[in-house]
Amino acid sequence: MFKFIIKGLLKDRSRSLFPILTISAGVMLTVLMYSWLNGFATMTIRENARFSTGHIKIMTRAYEKMAEQRPLDLALLGTDEIVKNVREKYPEITWLPRIYFGGLLDLPDENGETKSQGEIMGMAVDLLSNNKEKDLLNLEKAVIQGRLPGKQGEILISQEVADKMGIKLQDDVTVITSTMFGSLSMYNFNVCGTITFGVSAMDRGAVIIDLSDARYMLDMENGASEILGIMPKYDEEKTYKISVEFNSEFTDESDQYSSIMKPLREQNNLDFLISSMDERLGTMIFIFVFIMSLVLWNAGLMNGIRRYGEVGVRLAIGESKGHIYRMMIFESLMIGVAGTIIGTAIGLIFSYILQYTGIDISNLMKDAKVLMSTKMQAQVNSTSYVIGLLPGILSSVLGAVISGIGIYKRNTAQLFKELET
Amino acid sequence: MKKLIVLIIILSCGLIFAEYPDGNTILQKIDDNMYSKQVVSTMQMIVYGNRVNKTMKLKSWSEGEERSFSEYLFPPKDAGTKMLKLGDDLWIFEPEADRTIQISGHMLRQSMMGSDLSYEDMMEETELLKLYDANVIGEEEFNESDCWILELTAKINDVAYQTRKIWVDKEKYLALKEERFGKSGTLLKTTEIKEVFKVDGRWYPKRIIIKDALKEGKGTEIIFDEIKFDVKIPAIKFSKASLRK
Repeated sequence: MFKFIIKGLLKDRSRSLFPILTISAGVMLTVLMYSWLNGFATMTIRENARFSTGHIKIMTRAYEKMAEQRPLDLALLGTDEIVKNVREKYPEITWLPRIYFGGLLDLPDENGETKSQGEIMGMAVDLLSNNKEKDLLNLEKAVIQGRLPGKQGEILISQEVADKMGIKLQDDVTVITSTMFGSLSMYNFNVCGTITFGVSAMDRGAVIIDLSDARYMLDMENGASEILGIMPKYDEEKTYKISVEFNSEFTDESDQYSSIMKPLREQNNLDFLISSMDERLGTMIFIFVFIMSLVLWNAGLMNGIRRYGEVGVRLAIGESKGHIYRMMIFESLMIGVAGTIIGTAIGLIFSYILQYTGIDISNLMKDAKVLMSTKMQAQVNSTSYVIGLLPGILSSVLGAVISGIGIYKRNTAQLFKELET
Repeated sequence: MKKLIVLIIILSCGLIFAEYPDGNTILQKIDDNMYSKQVVSTMQMIVYGNRVNKTMKLKSWSEGEERSFSEYLFPPKDAGTKMLKLGDDLWIFEPEADRTIQISGHMLRQSMMGSDLSYEDMMEETELLKLYDANVIGEEEFNESDCWILELTAKINDVAYQTRKIWVDKEKYLALKEERFGKSGTLLKTTEIKEVFKVDGRWYPKRIIIKDALKEGKGTEIIFDEIKFDVKIPAIKFSKASLRK
C-alpha cells in the first residue's frame, strides 16, 4: 500500500509537486525564522555577557540599584578577597573584575594645550596578567591598528574616536575623569592600538586600559565596579542557584556596600527581552501553522475538486469512503514528511550560511544605545532540526482531513450519472 | 488678671514695633570682617565620605575677588596639584600628567577634589553685598550665639545660589549657619561654622562644615591652620607660569 501511494504520487506530479513545494517553502521559512530569532537571542545573551552582565555578576547592593549609571563611588572594595572566595567556591567559573568610568579624552598639541577633546566610555580589564579578558572580548580580532596594551600606561581607543579626534598610534593622550571619591583626575596614556567592537554603543567612544592603571587613576585600590562571572557554557538554572547561595552568605541587608550577585537574566531588563522573544517565537510559529494550514487546506480542496472524478470512480467500483479518506490523509502525511525534510534541509543550509556570515546591520545601529552586535547572525541548535516538523506535517494532514470530509457527502446513487457527464 | 492682660498687650506691642536692623548694613559688616585685599591661608579639608574619609591640605593665595592660587600639599597623590583663578577663568595643573586644563561651563559645578565644594563655590565673589540684597527676617540663638536671620536674594542672574538664608552672629558678624538655595527653591548646600578665631582684629572661621544637600555623606570640614591678611603677594604667583613651578 505504501509503495502504491508512492507510485501514485511520483507518477501524478500534480498531486505531489505543488503541495511539496508549498510545504517545503513554509518549513524552510519556519526553520530560518526560528534560527534567526534564536541567533538574535543567543547574540543578545552573548554580547551582554561579554560586555556588561557576565553570566553572573557581583556588585555592591547600592551599585546594583543604579547599575545603569555605573556609579564609581558605590563600587566594590576589597575585590581580591571576594574573587579569591568565589574562585575557591566555583572554580569552573572565570571571575573577572572590571572598572567602568566616564570622562574626557584630551589630545594635547606640542605646547601641552588641548588640540582636541572627546567624551569617552572607559573600560578597565585585566590585560596584563592573563589572556581571559582578551579572549572574552575578542580583543585580538578587534584591533584595527597597532597592538594590545603590553604594559601599564597604554590605552586602546576605538577607531571611531581616533578618526574623530585625529589621534594616531603612539600619540600621548590624557584621560580626564573623576576618581571614586569625586576628585578630578588626569592620567596620561600612550595609544598602542585602535579597535572596533562591532557594537555601536561601544564603538562610539570606548577606550580600554589595564585594571591596574584604572585603579591608580580612579583612586580605587583593590576596587572594581563589578566582578563578572563567565561560565564555560551558559546555564541559566545554575546562575540562579549560585546567586542564591552567594547572596545568602555575603549579602547584608543592613549594609548597602555588601556584595550581591545577580544572574544575567535579572540584569539590563534581559528577563523581559528574552521572555518577549520566546513569546514572539511561539506566536510566530502558531500564526505560521495557521496560515500554512489555510494554504494547504485550500490546496487540498483544489486537489479534492481536481480529483473529484477519480474519487467518484473509486467509490463506484466499491472502495469504501473511509478507505479513500484514510488513503488521502496518508498521502498528505507522506507529502508533509517529504516537504518537511526538504524544507528543513534548505532552511538549515540558509541558517548555517547566516550563522557563519551574518548580515551587517551597522547602518541601522548607528544611533543605537543598546549593546548589540552590528552583525546579525542566525544560530542553529537541535530545535532548528525539528521545528519544521509540526507546521510541515500538521498543516498538510490538517488540509487533507478538512478537504477530505467532502468524500462522505458523495451520494453513491449519483456516481454513475456523474461519470456519464 | 487685668495686670497680666496689660502686660501681654505691652509685650505684643513691643514685638510688633520691634525693628530689625537693615539687612544690607549687616551684610556690609560681614564683608568688612571677612574680606581682605590679600590673603594667604593654609587649611585642611576633610571629606567625610560614606565609606572612607579623605584629608587634604592646601595653601592658597588670593588677591581681591579676581585672582587666587591654590596648591595641594597633601596627600602625596594630590600634592602638587595647583589651581589658578583669574577673573572668570579657572585652570588646574596636574603634575603627574604634566597637563594644565581649563575648567569651564558645566564642569564648574563639579565637586572640587571630591569635596562638598564645587569649583563654582571657589570662583564665587566673596563680597556678599555685590551679589545679594539682604533682609532681616528674624533672630535666633544658634550655638549659644545671638544671631540675626537674614534672607539674601540675588541681584544678578549669573549666580550659583539664587537665595540664601544666613544666621549672623550679632557681635562677630560671621555667618555661623547658612542654607543656600537654587532657582527652584531646592536646598543645595548648608554650611556651619563650628569654631571661630581672631586674627588681626577680625573674627574668622576656624572650622566649617559644608554639606552638599544633594549628596550622601557627612559633608566636608575645612580647618584653617593659618591665615594672614594684607600680605604682599608677588604678581607672578597669579600667572599660568606658576602652575608648572
